Amino acid sequence: MQHATWQEGVYAALKTAGITQIGYVPDAGHKYLIEAAHADPAMKAIVLTTEEEGIALAAGAWLGGARCALLMQSSGVGNCINMLSLPINCRMPFLTLVTMRGEWGEFNPWQVPMGSATQPVLTAAGVHVRRAERPDEVAEMVAASATLAFDTQIPVAVLLSQRLIGAKVWVK
Amino acid sequence: MTRSNDGTLDRRVVVAELLREPGDLLVVTGLGSSTYDAGAAGDRPLNFYLWGAMGGAAMIGLGIALAQPDKHVLVLTGDGEQLMGMGALATVAASGAKNISIAVLDNGRFGETGAQFSHTGLGADLAAVASACGWQTVIIARDMDAVGLLRTRLRQENMFAVLRIAADEKPRHLPPRDGAYLADRFRRALGVTAD
Repeated sequence: MQHATWQEGVYAALKTAGITQIGYVPDAGHKYLIEAAHADPAMKAIVLTTEEEGIALAAGAWLGGARCALLMQSSGVGNCINMLSLPINCRMPFLTLVTMRGEWGEFNPWQVPMGSATQPVLTAAGVHVRRAERPDEVAEMVAASATLAFDTQIPVAVLLSQRLIGAKVWVK
Repeated sequence: MTRSNDGTLDRRVVVAELLREPGDLLVVTGLGSSTYDAGAAGDRPLNFYLWGAMGGAAMIGLGIALAQPDKHVLVLTGDGEQLMGMGALATVAASGAKNISIAVLDNGRFGETGAQFSHTGLGADLAAVASACGWQTVIIARDMDAVGLLRTRLRQENMFAVLRIAADEKPRHLPPRDGAYLADRFRRALGVTAD
């Protein structure tokens, strides 16, 4: 199915995958998904105080027979590492969409260390990582990653590159 | 050292009462003694014990509660585990889920690591934190009469309870710790597995 934007395609892919809970921390790159989740009466959109809450939320969703996705920024990945022992030990699926900072056109040096470490840290923690660079590949990558996560019961992260999202414009 | 908020309740007696005849109550326990207490009260498929993931108990409870709106979730944890996930008190309250309660076994100590004072032993008040985070029903229980009343209310209301327990250490009672087994049997007992 064709969607007007890749963000709409991603939301549709999450719906098709049977996601009914979305945990998120505020993030400009996930703005469309967050607003779409809140506007959708069939979706529980849960604002978190910190990213690792979303991993525990997703574990609870799975225990209760539902599917959850976590939306976060690369800076939040570091907060999640020990909590990732939960889906891995319990052979639970986990799906997260991570907007990248600290790479393409970044202006803020504080975003660079975690942005550079995001992929290796996730891999070291046992998460299967995909990375989307082009608008035309994102929705399909999210759909395939949801299948991988929920059907094989492993943690999967889809990194949405900063080039894809667009570097944050600080001085407008 | 004795502090003004030191509790006297026996944690094993408290948990045995809270989990007596649990029916289809969905129970999540926090890493440490809460897991042992719940196991000692009687292992069952609808108990999900944490052996790690410290700070995650309340949020796991929320995920279950949202997925199972017709059932009630009881998160049973300790002061140290809840302190590590204090933000979750705000997240659970903000979620609007009403079919979840949290009971904190509070001895003001980190029991797993040598009974050092935790923040609640040094003046922090988790009941006040929960109240400030938006929990409408917050109770502190100091005796078994109060615990007996809580047993029913924790299964019906959206409540945050602090149980002031004594700091003495109990014999270890170790329920299953294979996470995949615990998760699978929980889902099977709920009837949510595909096969």
